[in-house]
Amino acid sequence: MEINEFIKNLEAEIEELPPGTLKPDTDYRKVAEWSSMHALIVIAFVDMNFNVTLNGADLRKAITVSDLYNIVQEKLKNV
Amino acid sequence: MKASVKAISYYLPEKIYSNEDFFTEFPEALANKDNLLKIGVKKRHIIHPDELASDIAVKAAEKLFAEHKIKPEEIDFLLFCAQEFDYYTPSSACVIQERLHLPTTCGALDYNLGCSGFVYGLSLAKGLIESSGLKNILLLTSSTLTKKFHLKDRSARFVFGDGAAATLISAGENKGIGEFIFGTDGTGKNKIIVKDGGARNPLTVSSAKENTDEFGNTSDDASFFMNGTGVFTFGLKTVPKIINDLLIKENKTIEEIDLFIFHQANLFLIDNIRKKLELPEQKVFNYMENTGNTVSSSIPIALHEALKCGRAKKGDTVLLAGFGVGLSWAATTVTL
Repeated sequence: MEINEFIKNLEAEIEELPPGTLKPDTDYRKVAEWSSMHALIVIAFVDMNFNVTLNGADLRKAITVSDLYNIVQEKLKNV
Repeated sequence: MKASVKAISYYLPEKIYSNEDFFTEFPEALANKDNLLKIGVKKRHIIHPDELASDIAVKAAEKLFAEHKIKPEEIDFLLFCAQEFDYYTPSSACVIQERLHLPTTCGALDYNLGCSGFVYGLSLAKGLIESSGLKNILLLTSSTLTKKFHLKDRSARFVFGDGAAATLISAGENKGIGEFIFGTDGTGKNKIIVKDGGARNPLTVSSAKENTDEFGNTSDDASFFMNGTGVFTFGLKTVPKIINDLLIKENKTIEEIDLFIFHQANLFLIDNIRKKLELPEQKVFNYMENTGNTVSSSIPIALHEALKCGRAKKGDTVLLAGFGVGLSWAATTVTL
């Protein structure tokens, strides 16, 4: 999955987030009222689409959407 | 003799905390309302500070006796699953024996488990019936967890509610309760914990020091703490695996299970577990809209409601899976 598709699909999972809100360099915690529910949505999205598990530390490390994408790609290499 | 689930009743405390109440108290959460609603809770029942886990368990048992015409003297053994007990000693189960007028020939014990507690109780009841020849086991599960919430812990206050369930497990000819899968991982003890106030860490001044996490949930060491993302990941990883392990042990396919009832932790988690297992939606029954996550009582409450609305009927095989604090998990099947 390329990053643009990753972003489009992730946006579709989060309510109250108009399409086009997220860009690769967006600090995703600042776009919405970032809550633990958003974190769960991200974890579930990655688990369902890539079959890799993000933990709390992965999420804390990722500042932008592309950081998140890169962590997933890195984990895919180690599967 | 084989053990089977004969009857279930439940009791919820009177006070209701609705989503309207929640969003009035936490207006900042309104920006995230549609995402929060994915959790699947609209209202929860909250225990009165003076009421104990044993009090609502007694009320659930009295309902069970009245609704199913069960006489107290028929009970051979009482199992009480809770996280709040009347005294340091004696066991609350002994206190409940007196209050329910159970016979003095009745065995009684407490055990402390959370979301996996109901399935563990079924395994204990099955063991007592099949190995000791007992006839009627009363399993009481009760949660009063909201008493331990920090007032500013938004997540916990949205997700959980209090309640108690009473389940009668009886001896009979038909196979009722099936095989079990159990699991425990104490390395995850800090994922869901009330750290201070037990024997390990007595309450001190620092117990009341507030900590706010990255999501704006505030707690302290004297209050309930849950690492939501950690528990979510645990659920996603563990539950599909135990379901598959149980099906192998039972030599059954998904098609041979009529209904799946998972611990009602959070509907967003359950729906992701459902997708991972490729279960059709109609095979999964959920009931937490009016109760929230009631910990050890969530499975019996959902099973009661599934029977009431006809989603489960006599002869059906229902797969039950509990998972949570400990970390602890268990799964079984019951043929109704």
